[in-house]
Amino acid sequence: MKRYLTTPLKTEDLEKLKIGDQVYITGTVYTGRDAAHKRLIELLEKGEKLPFDAEGQIIYYVGPAPAPPGKPIGSAGPTTSYRMDPYAPALLDAGMKAMIGKGPRSQAVIDSMIKNKAVYLAAVGGAAVVVAKSIKESKVIAYEDLGPEAIREMKVENFPCIVANDIYGKDIYQEGVKNYKR
Amino acid sequence: MRQIDVKEIIPVIRKLCIDANYYIGEDVIKKIKEFYEKEESETGKEVLSILLENYELSAKEKMPICQDTGVAVVFIELGQDVHLVGGDFVEAINEGVRQGYEDGYLRKSMVDDPIIERKNTKDNTPALIYTDIVPGDKLKITIAPKGGGSENMSEVKMMKAADGIEGVVDFVVDRISRSGGNPCPPIVVGIGLGGNFEQSALLSKKSLLRSLDEKNPDPKWAKVEEEILEKVNNLGIGPQGLGGRTTALGVFILSKPCHIASMPVAVNVQCHAARHKSAVI
Repeated sequence: MKRYLTTPLKTEDLEKLKIGDQVYITGTVYTGRDAAHKRLIELLEKGEKLPFDAEGQIIYYVGPAPAPPGKPIGSAGPTTSYRMDPYAPALLDAGMKAMIGKGPRSQAVIDSMIKNKAVYLAAVGGAAVVVAKSIKESKVIAYEDLGPEAIREMKVENFPCIVANDIYGKDIYQEGVKNYKR
Repeated sequence: MRQIDVKEIIPVIRKLCIDANYYIGEDVIKKIKEFYEKEESETGKEVLSILLENYELSAKEKMPICQDTGVAVVFIELGQDVHLVGGDFVEAINEGVRQGYEDGYLRKSMVDDPIIERKNTKDNTPALIYTDIVPGDKLKITIAPKGGGSENMSEVKMMKAADGIEGVVDFVVDRISRSGGNPCPPIVVGIGLGGNFEQSALLSKKSLLRSLDEKNPDPKWAKVEEEILEKVNNLGIGPQGLGGRTTALGVFILSKPCHIASMPVAVNVQCHAARHKSAVI
């Protein structure tokens, strides 16, 4: 099933999604990976404000390549998500509704998705030019010192991904493998 | 004795870094097309077709295949009749990497220390350089940019002779099973057998320089490679771990003699972007 989503996300948008659905996102996504997550969580622990309003937003695990002349961004495929597992539940509790990355998540993250009615979307790892073509604007909004790990606000049009975990606790990484194991 | 000025190698390294990151090998494209035909999962087929589209786009747009343009792993075969002059050889390699990653808009992914500071070095140096001295008066340079996602799924195990080939096969298949979708399947599995602790790891990395079109020249190992490939693809992990019949495109083994007490086995996991380019000076 093909689905089209616009940010900020609402719970009603996510109720329809099932694992394996192809999703195309239009709107804003925020980027963050290992080092940025560490700082975001430190802010939450101190009770301070995040550098962006988390309500209904999407975080994309990516450290893009530099933008060549005339392009808004360089290659920008997903990084492996499990490294963000220790931080993800706190960001979902803070209001974020979706994460984009690659590879399976821990049970704690899956439980947090059920609790917060949030989803995890898989982008195709290594298809970094295909993804970059859907990114129309990109600007660093926090932690510039982290270089490729800085937090960026990206405007995207039909950013392609696949539903890997839905709000009902289903996991494509478990279900999919079962179907093709011999 | 042939003299080579180390300044000559800077532009060569620069170009190899860029080319390896923009242009995937024909062998990878051919293999993915083969597996596409056999793939049973619709999602798996979709993923494989996106990968093929991406290789085409990266070459056309002159952008890196993957944003993770890797650690610059550099293999040198230095002819013993070559005399390197004109400066520091290692610094010249690093200068080539610096220029390639800057001029090619490649991501700089190195941090200065692994644990405490983790500050980005901002130019993707230092490169990881392995040099072999060989007969002759040529200098062969191979660049194999290696991404972090697949590297993190790699492992060395000091096994016992009693574990036998079955034990080795089980260890490798289990390592890939535990990796699941993390290393960006379809993967290439590099295996280093023998030597000692550190040599097995280096062998597993070097094995990945083979083309997917080439069979192992030793029929004994070619058979083991086929067995492991079949078992890995029977895991059902599939493209990107979303389920399917295409988990690995190939399995490569390199082996060396080892100590009577030891049986070192190393698995180096390579994502589908199996990048490497060579030049001879």
